[in-house]
Amino acid sequence: MGLFIAQLLTGLANAATLFLVASGLSLIFGVTRIVNFAHGSFYMLGAFVGYSLMQVLPGAIGFWASVLLTGLVVGLIGVIVEVLVLRPVYKAPELFQLVATFGVILVIQDLALMIWGAEDLLGPRAPGLKGVVRIMDEPVPLYDLALIAITPFVLFALWYLISRTRIGVLVRAATQDREMVAALGVNQSWLFTGVFFLGAGLAGLGGAIQLPKGGADLLMDFNILAAIFVVVVIGGMGSLPGAYIAAVLISVLNVFGVSYLPQSTLVLMYIVMAIVLTVRPYGLLGREEVVGEHGQVGEPERPIKPAGTKARVMVAVMLMALLALPLADSHFLVILTTDIIIFCLFAASLHFLLGLGGLVSFGHAAYFGGGAYAAGLLVVHVNAPMELAFVLAPLGAGLAAFIIGWLCLRLTGVYFAMLTLALAQLLWSLVFQWDEFTGGDDGLVDIWPAAWLSEANSYFYFTVIVGVGGILLLRHVAHSPFGYALRASRDSQRQAEATGINTKRIQWMAFTMAGALAGVAGALFVFSKGSVFPNELEITKSFDGLIVVFLGGVKTLSGGVVGAASLELVKDYLTRIEYWRLALGLLIIVVVVLAPNGIVGSLRKAWERLRGTPADEPSTTAPVALTSASAGTQESER
Amino acid sequence: MMKRKNTRVALAAAVGLTVTALLGTAGSALAADAIKIGEINHYKRMAAFAEPYKNGIELALSEINEAGGVIGQPLEFIYRDDQGKPGEAIKIAEELVNREGVAMITGSILSNVGLALSSFAAEKKVIYLAAEPLADGLVWEKGNDYTFRLRSSTYMQASMLAEEAAKSDAVRYATIAPNYAYGKDAVAAFKKALLALKPDVEFVTEQWPGVFKIDAGAEVQALERAKPDAIYNVTFGSDVAKFVREGTTRGLFDGREVYGLLTGEPEYLEPLADEAPEGWTVTGFPWYDFEEGANKTFVDAYQAKFEESPKLGSLVGYMTAQSIAAAISRAESVDTEKLRQAFLGLEVDTPVGRITYREQDHQSTMGAFVGKTTVRDGEGVMVDWSYRDGANYLPSDEEVARLRPASQ
Repeated sequence: MGLFIAQLLTGLANAATLFLVASGLSLIFGVTRIVNFAHGSFYMLGAFVGYSLMQVLPGAIGFWASVLLTGLVVGLIGVIVEVLVLRPVYKAPELFQLVATFGVILVIQDLALMIWGAEDLLGPRAPGLKGVVRIMDEPVPLYDLALIAITPFVLFALWYLISRTRIGVLVRAATQDREMVAALGVNQSWLFTGVFFLGAGLAGLGGAIQLPKGGADLLMDFNILAAIFVVVVIGGMGSLPGAYIAAVLISVLNVFGVSYLPQSTLVLMYIVMAIVLTVRPYGLLGREEVVGEHGQVGEPERPIKPAGTKARVMVAVMLMALLALPLADSHFLVILTTDIIIFCLFAASLHFLLGLGGLVSFGHAAYFGGGAYAAGLLVVHVNAPMELAFVLAPLGAGLAAFIIGWLCLRLTGVYFAMLTLALAQLLWSLVFQWDEFTGGDDGLVDIWPAAWLSEANSYFYFTVIVGVGGILLLRHVAHSPFGYALRASRDSQRQAEATGINTKRIQWMAFTMAGALAGVAGALFVFSKGSVFPNELEITKSFDGLIVVFLGGVKTLSGGVVGAASLELVKDYLTRIEYWRLALGLLIIVVVVLAPNGIVGSLRKAWERLRGTPADEPSTTAPVALTSASAGTQESER
Repeated sequence: MMKRKNTRVALAAAVGLTVTALLGTAGSALAADAIKIGEINHYKRMAAFAEPYKNGIELALSEINEAGGVIGQPLEFIYRDDQGKPGEAIKIAEELVNREGVAMITGSILSNVGLALSSFAAEKKVIYLAAEPLADGLVWEKGNDYTFRLRSSTYMQASMLAEEAAKSDAVRYATIAPNYAYGKDAVAAFKKALLALKPDVEFVTEQWPGVFKIDAGAEVQALERAKPDAIYNVTFGSDVAKFVREGTTRGLFDGREVYGLLTGEPEYLEPLADEAPEGWTVTGFPWYDFEEGANKTFVDAYQAKFEESPKLGSLVGYMTAQSIAAAISRAESVDTEKLRQAFLGLEVDTPVGRITYREQDHQSTMGAFVGKTTVRDGEGVMVDWSYRDGANYLPSDEEVARLRPASQ
């Protein structure tokens, strides 16, 4: 009994940090609709800033003053980020801002390394709270009790702010309907800045308050990211009490998991999330998403059409140039281009889902890595010839996408995105933990191509044929009736259903197909590298895909491919310099600010401006994107 | 007609740009006829470990080149960051071999990157000296002709601790290790070695926190619940700091023997400062207590050059450069096959003494320092330490032959 209570208290204490950081993320998302990937970075900054302040301010008063000051400092850093980076891109397509926040992550990582150095910092202990009390003979640290006591106060203060003050009224109004609030004369930008201050400040507080139980290190930002997303989603996006309940639930379950099922530490949280979302699709206390602006946010997408003769000729010429690349006699150029084509196919498959289907998957790496692992496992375990493994890989990835798609497609919007993330993480932890079969973290090695492809040049040609073929196939499908139906489902589910399209089935097929093609990319990858490791299934890989799709331009057919090629090339250069993350982060931010329509979209606009008004510039009121094949016009249904 | 910026156009334009740029940089080779070595590491992802390692290499290089280089040519390392991703490491290795013309490759701290590079080395017939990765598989299950490993492996270090553990009265053991390949190998090796020495030992619980995601309070409670006599710890980095703090606060270590793999390395012990655990038996690097000999010379030279204290990584970096220089001198060439032959049975005089790259499994006999932790002047240090020669902690030749399919 004593142990049970002590464990419960440990879980409650652990929930404090998780709640503080997650509530900030939830607030920011609720009001600004920005999925803030950089939230983990604010948490990390909180730990570092708090550490530095505690070195200067002595005693118990100094300690708690440092914690509060840290919230203030990190909140102000959040304001700087909001004003400089995010404000210029609020008008960009939905979720585009997450690219900007990704740039912020990179910048903060290198700045923290420059300022605080590489070595882990052990957090100072809270003066006066170093000891333990015995509760039913079990030791319970005093600081744990302090944390347990503080959290409800924070929750109450936030609740008061949100539900009893004018600011809170505005925040809630903005959470429900941003345009309406703006129409009533509320200055949105200051509201957004204020919410960013509060959200980042809470993350900073979370970072500072965990110092006595840990410290500050440079891996903190990504380490907490998945957990806080899980908490926000389980609680319900935008719900603070929900975030608290979810933080407690996850933390307490984790403590018992550690004791009674020690191997479960990696997966527990995702299993809880998957179960909660299956039973309550909008989280414990969340409401059905009201975001769903009908059709698309921002400027309407232009109708797509087959490439003209000129464009076709150009593609052919470029393809020839690509095929002639091995003549340049630079072995490395061939290798680099192989890598780029593989990444382009991965990005194109995600773009197909995201751009044409409007299905934002945060876990697309599952199918890339899934394809790579399917091929690798076949080679390693049944000694399959490369050709067979290569053919079966996309089937394996497609099957995974088929199952995951079925589970996820019952949700929409951000909840859909989060469930894809959770299931991808489940797959990742399965691969990571099942050593006997998958090799665990040591991966699968010695998976080289068959003899006829073992030369870099022949593998390059193989990659060009398969990779470019896959990209062209996706492009072709976009122009097929299936592609039209998919876009119809994206733009107006109701109208599409009314015309007899089974939108869920269309989306499910698209999800499976995108997964299978990501699997092709994965198979190309595993044979070009000779090995595969769990990091190819990880969140960061999924993020890489998202970044390039948005960077290239969601609302253009070639966005994914252009984004992928540009980023890979730039990375290849930048990683040669010392502070490449800083440089890359700044570059991404600059591109995001200068080209809010993505590289392709913005280049196209610039080109049109240069040549004068294009003949077929669609006016904003004209029917767009939907064609006669699927639905009529896109007038508001509200 | 609206112009659509085409995919291929952009890609090809970008490729075209690279070609020009690449050709531009290719001309500006560095030192005229230096022998180049490709060094691939996680300089950003694991900066706290990679920087001291790089400094160690730089120290050795300056000494080697001041003495006239190797086979009459200066030795030079090209450092590249792989972001901690195996796929990226392979790409860089391709570039280093094919464009920079390096004589061989070395580097990596993470075992998975090491294994990827090792597989690459075998396929492309390039020598790879795995400096820091600890995975046993590198030289055994997945060992190959072209891969050599410097640092004493998980198996060797776990065996050293098991030898110490067998001397104590403890029979009920609990283990805590990060939930990935390294942690699992380290627990398996310790169990095997300890049970061989003391068959009545019992393992009462195994804890597996996620690497760098430890929930220290819960882990400490779970260990306490099993009431072990002794604890074997494999967690490291920020995990071990949290574990030590929670464990000390909650009295987990009172009256228990604790064995900590790598816990005595300055990389992990230094951040703990005056909260370093008392009386743990650990492997590590007590640079502060060397009084004379090659170890002392190395530490002094390092501190003079970089004005900071050496880490274990610094020693490994130093020995890496020494080993490579020795192999090239012995081969009198940078030809891959000659280098490979030279590495087999290569003897190198290092700060910790003479090490040999074993012919049977390509593992060097570098050992480790084993001692007890304590706090001295507010710093965590090792006392009562001794250096254990790695050669004494490797399995018999027959067993190695069985473990290593490549040598059959």
